[in-house]
Amino acid sequence: MLPGCKSFAFLAAVVGATGSIPAHAETIRVSIDKLVFSPVNISAKVGDTIEWVNADILAHTATVKGDWDVTIPPKKTASYVLKKAGDVDYYCRFHPNMKGHIAVAPK
Amino acid sequence: MFVRLSAAVAAVGLLASPVFAQGAKPTDPQIAHIAYTAGVIDVTAAKQAIKKSKNKEVVAFAKDMVRDHEAVNKQALALVEKLKVTPEDNDTSRSLAKQAKDKLEELGKLKGAAYDKAYVANEVAYHKTVDGALQSVLIPSASNAELKGLLQTGLKIFEGHLQHAEHVAAELK
Repeated sequence: MLPGCKSFAFLAAVVGATGSIPAHAETIRVSIDKLVFSPVNISAKVGDTIEWVNADILAHTATVKGDWDVTIPPKKTASYVLKKAGDVDYYCRFHPNMKGHIAVAPK
Repeated sequence: MFVRLSAAVAAVGLLASPVFAQGAKPTDPQIAHIAYTAGVIDVTAAKQAIKKSKNKEVVAFAKDMVRDHEAVNKQALALVEKLKVTPEDNDTSRSLAKQAKDKLEELGKLKGAAYDKAYVANEVAYHKTVDGALQSVLIPSASNAELKGLLQTGLKIFEGHLQHAEHVAAELK
């Protein structure tokens, strides 16, 4: 057996044993351009990552009142792993006219 | 245009003197100057707030204003350089600057919660005025497409600031 195959087998054994790698966790990208989240409505599952790509020269946030808050610096990307199922409306604390919606399904 | 300028200010109804009613349709160099001046005014007011206020939310709001308006003005300067437009001082810019100076002095005399309330109330009024002017005068008058685009994005940003200011004002009550 080649060394590479051996380590693959080992990895497979570890993963198989712990089962810790989520089967279908996805990364969903939302772009921010000229103060617009796009797409504005997204569907995701618990465990998925939302990644905001900020093309603006301004800092923004993705904020759910009383829950999570992600700051997205200008020209940077920031992400958040969804922890709870349910529909959430999020907005930018700095520019509350920016709004987005995520429908989060259970795992 | 004169009528439209006056109408815009009357509709907003917040300025003591008709800042936007003193000239004919502004040219691109004048529009650039007005927009830049409006940004500088808000940064100056915010810096006063950062020094004077003890209210966490007011200070955070003021810091947001400094950050955003400086970023927008930096972009505006880069654009005028690219377009080889020299911003041109004009009556509207001068009136804005004069009123802002008076307001800054007036606010400078206040303290504590009275200052916080007056600063935030003025931010609400000021952003309403600027948004109104952008919408009805500056954006329609801009002839360069890129300048118009920057003003349109500016309007969205300042509408955001207005909502943010209104939110802070509600918290102070």
